[in-house]
Amino acid sequence: MTEYGKPQKTQPGAAADAWQPLRSLTRARIGLGRSGNAQRTMDVLAFQAAHAQARDAVHAPLNVQAMEQQLRGAPCLHVQSRATDRATYLRRPDLGRRLSENSLHMLRKEAWDVVFVAADGLSSIATQTNAIPVFQAIQPLLQGWRIAPLVIATQSRVALGDEIAQAMGASMVVMMIGERPGLSVADSLGIYLTYAPYVGCPDSSRNCLSNIHAHGMTIPAGASKLAWLMQEARRLGLTGVGLKDAAPDQLAGSNTLSLHDKDTDA
Amino acid sequence: MGYRHGLGGETYHFSDLKSLLAIASSVRSGDQLAGLAAQSDAQRMAARYALADVPLRSFIQTVLVPYEEDEVTRLIVDTHDHKAFAPIAHMTVGEFRDWLLSHEADTAALARIAPGITPEMAAAVSKLMRNQDLISVARKIRVITSFRNTIGLPGCLSSRLQPNHPTDDLKGIAASTLDGLLYGMGDAVIGINPATDSVANGLALLDMLDQARQLYDIPTQTCVLTHVTNTLEIMNRGGAVDLVFQSVAGTQKANEGFGVNLAILQEAYDAALALGRGTVGQNVMYFETGQGAALSAGAHHGIDQQTVEARAYAVARAFDPLLVNTVVGFIGPEYLYDGKQVIRAGLEDHFCAKLMGVPMGCDACYTNHAEVDQDDMDNLMTLLGVAGITFLIGVPGADDIMLNYQSLSFHDILTLRNMLGARPAPEFAAWLERMGLYDSLSNHMRPLELGQTQLARLVGAA
Repeated sequence: MTEYGKPQKTQPGAAADAWQPLRSLTRARIGLGRSGNAQRTMDVLAFQAAHAQARDAVHAPLNVQAMEQQLRGAPCLHVQSRATDRATYLRRPDLGRRLSENSLHMLRKEAWDVVFVAADGLSSIATQTNAIPVFQAIQPLLQGWRIAPLVIATQSRVALGDEIAQAMGASMVVMMIGERPGLSVADSLGIYLTYAPYVGCPDSSRNCLSNIHAHGMTIPAGASKLAWLMQEARRLGLTGVGLKDAAPDQLAGSNTLSLHDKDTDA
Repeated sequence: MGYRHGLGGETYHFSDLKSLLAIASSVRSGDQLAGLAAQSDAQRMAARYALADVPLRSFIQTVLVPYEEDEVTRLIVDTHDHKAFAPIAHMTVGEFRDWLLSHEADTAALARIAPGITPEMAAAVSKLMRNQDLISVARKIRVITSFRNTIGLPGCLSSRLQPNHPTDDLKGIAASTLDGLLYGMGDAVIGINPATDSVANGLALLDMLDQARQLYDIPTQTCVLTHVTNTLEIMNRGGAVDLVFQSVAGTQKANEGFGVNLAILQEAYDAALALGRGTVGQNVMYFETGQGAALSAGAHHGIDQQTVEARAYAVARAFDPLLVNTVVGFIGPEYLYDGKQVIRAGLEDHFCAKLMGVPMGCDACYTNHAEVDQDDMDNLMTLLGVAGITFLIGVPGADDIMLNYQSLSFHDILTLRNMLGARPAPEFAAWLERMGLYDSLSNHMRPLELGQTQLARLVGAA
């Protein structure tokens, strides 16, 4: 993303420099300085510019063709939810969780161990940037798995993957979906793993890896955590709280169990 | 039992109390999504007329979720204080609104009736109140709690310092904490939402926060907002747990969606009390709530989102919390579509919680897919400040880089404190003054450079 997301200084004052070493520790807008109690003009404008960009990221459509090219000939399918446009998608999460008639009829049932879905969610930029690299990075870690062709899904919520997996006969689904863009990060990918998914299955039966982007969890780290979770899910025959409880802390991932997880969509 | 009211030559029927409450609610996208909202403005007004005539007693006689099915209903019914309810027992919802606004309903009178107010009564009367009513009544109510300082005193506005980091980097979190302390933030709590929700990570974060607190002898409390079962395990392992955090909702099924029930909350409450870490008081719980949580879990039982939200305050009230806050704009536009809806919801949540005796704060916030911006937050924080909000959440530059949403900045809360003449909690204000950060005469935070404060060591120590 651009440098708009970063705090800027109005004047080359001493206070600005003293904070510089601390800014290498976090991308948070620390040490902004103030005029009276208020933020300075350049910081206010930088914030508003970042907000404008994040809003644009919510509304930009996923470039499906570009993703197909990234796959370099590997098979893939494109499905759509019942939300016909972005405005409907934002107000009607229920429609974003179900496949359109046409898409449902397009999917054929076979016996797959797993289907990966690359879905736009709330940031198509995140999916565009990170989904295929994650899909490619995990292939060598899943020797012997019957992996279905990648499904690219638009106007999609997390739960759309449940119906996709059911229709394709997959034992588990990996939903790679654009997380709600923030001001500093508009390309963060979330991954939801669900074993034996079905339409209407509860969020507590999922495991989630979030914050996959250049400044968060790296793609190799995400792929190896995901592979561990998938192998355990297959061994235990479940995902969700039960899998999290069995996991070493560093590998557990999180469950959608707090208000702060609700946004990502479910 | 049904309700009816005639308006403009048409008679409107409402099948039961639940649908009357839903249709009387001001417009919000979550009720529309659930198919519960009024079909027209006239129908909404007819519902409000009908609701104004409903006796308060009806909310005791008619439960919205069956007693046998739902432990939150059982909690509400079984702990209802009939003696506290007696002075208002004869009133209708409309009469109750008038009484709340009367001079007779002063701070002491409102404190006396609080244990007699059920969530459904609070929600019902709020639906007949304009924004100014929600503000002026809440302003009269005092809910005072304490742990290492005193929260909710008259003339005070506390803040939660929220130094989140996308990889839970300890030094990054310390840098944001330092920034907030220099603005006088953190008297309600220094509280981290962890990126990784695990016991080991929670232990490491709590240890860092506790060491920082002890290094400067800061009279406040720290918290890692991890799942209650993790906090229980952290306490078992001897972790530095001041407050037990949990997101809660207004039905048993919605709480199951959060992986909690009343028994597990009780277990954690008892365990935290037994640690005896509070110095001024022993309120050891911290809850977050928010409209839309029950619907998003498919657990709203056909109740409108504001009424079912108020039921979450009954859950909170049962555990004498130090802090509760609504994360009002966090959940997204499918529940609260724009600035107008978010502001109304924030005022309702604060009013209903305070009326029930719950120490309500607010995360005045929004996401980038909602029709809300920082101007709306300015409005909301100012209205809540006038209403006497217990605390507000502050994030560096209003930008939470882990949860990817916008809240208030430290600047915003400082501005509000100065506009209203409000101060931090007294123990914390005295500490700020001892540290040379705060001038109590002018109620100003001194604009210090990093080199001028010994607090800067906080980052190196993390």
